[in-house]
Amino acid sequence: MDYLRLMSFGPDGWGYSLLAATGVTVAVAVCGFLVGAMLGCLGAAASFSRFRALRSAADIYTTLLRGIPDLLVIYLFYFGSSSLISSVGALFGAEGFVGAPAFLTGALAIGVVSGAYQMQVFRGAVLALPKGEIEAGRAYGMPPLLLFRRIVLPQAARFAIPGVGNVWQLVLKESALISVIGLVELMRQAQIGAGSTRQPFSFYLTAGVLYLLIAFVSGRGFKLAEQRAMRGIRRAV
Amino acid sequence: MPFDLPFLAESFVALLKGIPLTLQLTVLSVVAGGILAFALAFMRISGKWWLDVPAQFYIFVFRGTPLLVQIYIIYYGLSQFPVLRHSFLWPFLREAYWCAVLALAFNTAAYSAEIIRGGLLSVPAGQVEAARACGMSGLLLFRRIVMPLALRQMLPGYSNEIILMVKSTALASTITLLEITGIAAKLISESYRPVEVFVCAGAIYLAINFLVARLFAWLEYTVSPETRKPEERRA
Repeated sequence: MDYLRLMSFGPDGWGYSLLAATGVTVAVAVCGFLVGAMLGCLGAAASFSRFRALRSAADIYTTLLRGIPDLLVIYLFYFGSSSLISSVGALFGAEGFVGAPAFLTGALAIGVVSGAYQMQVFRGAVLALPKGEIEAGRAYGMPPLLLFRRIVLPQAARFAIPGVGNVWQLVLKESALISVIGLVELMRQAQIGAGSTRQPFSFYLTAGVLYLLIAFVSGRGFKLAEQRAMRGIRRAV
Repeated sequence: MPFDLPFLAESFVALLKGIPLTLQLTVLSVVAGGILAFALAFMRISGKWWLDVPAQFYIFVFRGTPLLVQIYIIYYGLSQFPVLRHSFLWPFLREAYWCAVLALAFNTAAYSAEIIRGGLLSVPAGQVEAARACGMSGLLLFRRIVMPLALRQMLPGYSNEIILMVKSTALASTITLLEITGIAAKLISESYRPVEVFVCAGAIYLAINFLVARLFAWLEYTVSPETRKPEERRA
């Protein structure tokens, strides 16, 4: 019963703060995911480019970011932008350390990391297209952009859904790491609660259940999207 | 931002000291997690619901929650229970090191179990039938036929998982362990030079992951002679 009162929405319950923090988690994960989707698209486009420099740049991006721990990238973004802001502040007479906005740097950091993964998903989806489709489009005289919009995108998007769903789950779990730079999202709120009530297990367990809930609901969403996108496709197996 | 070479070299040397701990955490948790993963995979394919459902639930929980939550529950959360604090386990659970190993092992077990299950399911039924026709059964069948074939299927997936584990050990720095990322965070907060420290730490992680990937590529090559060209095979 003690646990229920602790997590209730009453005056001495933590229900509202945890729920609000869950909202922040979803928001930062969605932002990071969208930044990653953009970077992933750019990376995938670069990897199919005619120019070797672009192809190797995309290759280096995805290899580096998938080989380095996310936590390290978050530290780099946070302390990197903070020291940049601090040195700019010093020009105007401000003193000491100025922290960068945690939401922004956090979303950017997980965006850059997830972009490396999404790039691979998008690449795979484009490569899964039958070559004949693209050749047929060219034979009709479609210029590259029209070909992309009418032929490549609608089909590649369909193939990409399962992989994108996986990356989303990854991003959601990664967003917990942003707590280390002080953004009050679900993980950080659980830390605060655990610290002030001395009930760490109850709080971390609740946080875990909430993460599981978001993962489950969004997983269902991706499954539905996949079913809808695949409804016109005959399955081999 | 001037790029300061002496500082770069200095932090590189400092970060090198974190490598043993990172590798220890990885190896211990991969070995312990691997054993647990085998048990989970066999529960999943046993065909008995009372074994399958708990394994499925375990995998769902550990794959659906952030590793950070798992680490915190074990390191900070368990101290909430006086029973545990007074038990013989406490000397272990009090140590951040063992908590990190435990959390990483539980986490990787969930992912590896699915990789191992996939490998076991990919063994063609005909192979097993042929082995049975030759009179093999039980452990002999598993050791001679199922395991070698499943191993080849799961090596690529497993090498990905180990690379993920190398990266996951970075989270141990959040519970005071000074492995590579822990030292990096310390250096950054002391020097306010994130870029140099990041370059060094990143290079070390990339080198480790490159070696892991090469090791597994070699393993895969060694265990699948049938996919090589005839002239290579003779050599």
